Amino acid sequence: MWSELKKAIASFHIPADWIGIRAVRETAANRYVRDGIPQANGKSTTEGAMIEVLVNGCLGYAATNSLELESLESAAQIAYKQALAASKWWIYPFKETERPKVVGEYNSPLLEPLDTLSPGEINDLLVRMCRTLKVHDKIVQTTASISTSERESWFVSSNGSEVYQKFISLGTHYGAIAQDGAIVQQRTNNGWQAHCYQGGWEVLRQEHLWQRVQQVGEQALELLTAEECPNTCTNLVLAPDQMMLQIHESVGHPLEIDRILGDERNYAGGSFVSTQDFGQLVYGSPLMNITFDPTVPGEYASYGFDDTGAVATREFLIKEGVLQRGLGSLESQARAGVPGVACARACSWNRPAIDRMANLNLEPGNATFPEIISDIEHGVYMESNRSWSIDDRRYKFQFGCEYAKLIENGQLTKTLRNPNYRATTPEFWHSLIKIGNQDSWQMYGTPYCGKGEPNQAIWVGHGSPVCVFANVEVFGGGS
Amino acid sequence: MKQELTALESSFNQLLETLLIKKLEHEEFTLKLSSEQSQFTRFNHAKVRQTGCVADGSIELTLMAEQRSSSRQFPFTGNSEKDWQKAHQALQELRDEITILPIDPYLVLPSGNNTSREVHHSNVLAQEDVVSSILAEVTELDFTGIYAGGIVIKAYGDSSGQKHWFATDTFTLDYSLFISSGKAVKGTFAGNNWDVASYAAKINEAKKQLNLLSHPAKELPRGQYKTYFAPAAVADLLQMLSWGAVSEADIQQGNSALAALSRKEKQLSAKFSLKENFQLGLVPRFNELGEMAAPELAIIENGLLVNSLVNSRTAKEYQKTANGANSSETLRTPEISPGNLRFEQILSNLDTGLYVSNLHYLNWSDRPTGRITGMTRYACFWVENGEIVAPIENLRFDDSLYRFWGENLVDFTNFQEFIPEVDTYENRKLGGSLVPGMLVNDFTYTL
Repeated sequence: MWSELKKAIASFHIPADWIGIRAVRETAANRYVRDGIPQANGKSTTEGAMIEVLVNGCLGYAATNSLELESLESAAQIAYKQALAASKWWIYPFKETERPKVVGEYNSPLLEPLDTLSPGEINDLLVRMCRTLKVHDKIVQTTASISTSERESWFVSSNGSEVYQKFISLGTHYGAIAQDGAIVQQRTNNGWQAHCYQGGWEVLRQEHLWQRVQQVGEQALELLTAEECPNTCTNLVLAPDQMMLQIHESVGHPLEIDRILGDERNYAGGSFVSTQDFGQLVYGSPLMNITFDPTVPGEYASYGFDDTGAVATREFLIKEGVLQRGLGSLESQARAGVPGVACARACSWNRPAIDRMANLNLEPGNATFPEIISDIEHGVYMESNRSWSIDDRRYKFQFGCEYAKLIENGQLTKTLRNPNYRATTPEFWHSLIKIGNQDSWQMYGTPYCGKGEPNQAIWVGHGSPVCVFANVEVFGGGS
Repeated sequence: MKQELTALESSFNQLLETLLIKKLEHEEFTLKLSSEQSQFTRFNHAKVRQTGCVADGSIELTLMAEQRSSSRQFPFTGNSEKDWQKAHQALQELRDEITILPIDPYLVLPSGNNTSREVHHSNVLAQEDVVSSILAEVTELDFTGIYAGGIVIKAYGDSSGQKHWFATDTFTLDYSLFISSGKAVKGTFAGNNWDVASYAAKINEAKKQLNLLSHPAKELPRGQYKTYFAPAAVADLLQMLSWGAVSEADIQQGNSALAALSRKEKQLSAKFSLKENFQLGLVPRFNELGEMAAPELAIIENGLLVNSLVNSRTAKEYQKTANGANSSETLRTPEISPGNLRFEQILSNLDTGLYVSNLHYLNWSDRPTGRITGMTRYACFWVENGEIVAPIENLRFDDSLYRFWGENLVDFTNFQEFIPEVDTYENRKLGGSLVPGMLVNDFTYTL
């Protein structure tokens, strides 16, 4: 691939200040079984190249799914014309320094390659999961799916960049729906599609896998007779599988510098954070330490370089509650004049890179889980996201979970169904009063972070310990 | 456009013919094409943020044999030789894989003899004219959004001889106009003919609304307010029905917000009627098995669920009658019937309450009870005594569709608006919703 791409750049007949080609080839498989019956067995391959051209400070792009030299040449011409047509109206005069020369390679960690299991063996696993989930006749639906992906990207540029990255990932999902008349409850393995990691089949072969599958079925059934979550203000304890969503929506998105600059206002929205807030804003309690960290082995959005070639490093976004830097690429940093990270990413070859989260992790504290619960006189403990909604400035949110327990006098007591909570982002993060230690720290990932115009769904990773928030409004379901 | 389309159609037909020849006697297959040549130009502050073009296309080949099936998706470039190489490799892989998969008792094989061919030509902006044509009208405004335009092709062929070709050349301009306080007016301009005067008129209309937004915003306490939802907001609520509601599979599997309606334990207002209306002609009528949906399909009539969306697979599993639904049983070209509320009556009938232009980030907060949460967004106002008083600070709502389309529904407007689909995940989507505005009593705002 290298020689073809370099040859292509050398052959383009366009007077550009900078040219880059990002070629991507990805083969993804998805296998899905419902109630023990196969629903989908599919594999898809996509390949193509995104050509970007810098002309008089203006970038234009063209993407093609043909890697033939003449297709690339044609795309380069289109990209050049796009840049020229926009040059009078360009929002910011970009320079080649926003696309520095970089050479390097990244490979996902891998123990058991994806071809270790045959499609038949994968289906057998999924069928067994469905059977294990079906713990009672009142389980009306069982589902299990496994998705795998092998993605390679090559980035070359006219100023000498050569970056190769290979991502191997595996995602699993299983869950059950229980029904008794009008009462319907769902339980999944840590929320919808939350088990996504880089690596091979070793990701699936976790200890106690089958006990966990059975537990998910049993908890779906248990929820049918559980009490409704009370409507009250109380101590809220969130498990890491809900903290994942909390961090993503109320820390990650508002810190994206392209949102702060207004690029996303027509679609995903803006932010309550402004460029003046970096280094100043007390975002949450002093317990709050959040890192942008694409270097965690096996976390879903780890990488060595972003899609413009910037080198990825671990950085504190929030330190002891104070906002340090934003999620902004080299382009966004130049425009906003604030520090950012290597986060320009695109979902595939057919979309331009924009500011993205990668792995966003809440650093652990000191408390064990039993210590956390034993200190609470009254509260609610919630696990696994089932509903999410937050406003366009990432301020007023409401999230719902699948499963909850009442906390009474330092103990987890009754199971609660339909647990929800709502708050505003600053109020919520300031109410963080206790944070779990490394033992409770867990990481999850999802392939469905949506953003951008044209739209892009991209993969992100989030790690967190158990956390306690004081005086939060919690409530139950409808009637 | 004509030449490019001809080449792509010829290549697709050739691929289909070759597969028909190569197919073994016991095998069946379906072949689906999704292709586009799109320009995407993104704006912020009435400047260009990103601009480019995407030439993309993919084929999905599904092989069925011995009560099993599997699929392969691969790039479609229009180069017959190269596309066949990929198809041939996919066919070989599928033959190797299919025998080791579990039996699928609800597998539906392609059948029938449906064919169709629709090609919609157009007059969209030339690529080099997009930026100047759009920005010339908005230079003094804080304009943000995206123009997406070009050719979209959806095609289908199968081993039973069905064949469909749908090609259209369209554009959407999805934009917002902001004022310094952060308040904004939202608009869309879409079609297959770029009409300068119509675009200018849309922008001028939006400018008038901007004046209303410049008043200090009113912060409202949580509570229940009489609310008028403009058509774009109704379209957002309507979209929720495609996510765990109108699907027959979802109803059968405990996953539908309309299960109570289906069981007749609850009903909606007699003023609420919903149908799929393919006569609008904006999306293909064929589904993933080449089946043609009826020109119209009533779903909710006078508050009662008269049809869910049933695809052939669901029909086989639950002994129902299929009605041409797609594989996900989602609404493809929905229309809510108009009511009796005239435009000039909207504010007076609202009297005191909220005028909501758009909503944002909807989700089920409790699906079995039909409860939806989300936010108000863009050009939303507080109205007193039939007069717009002030824009509002955004509010979170949480209410059940059994209330706002049920006992609390006052009326729909007697006019409808077409709200275009502007989704561009993976590829540029087509169509949209035809919906009226609606007036609702005691809508619940929670934060």
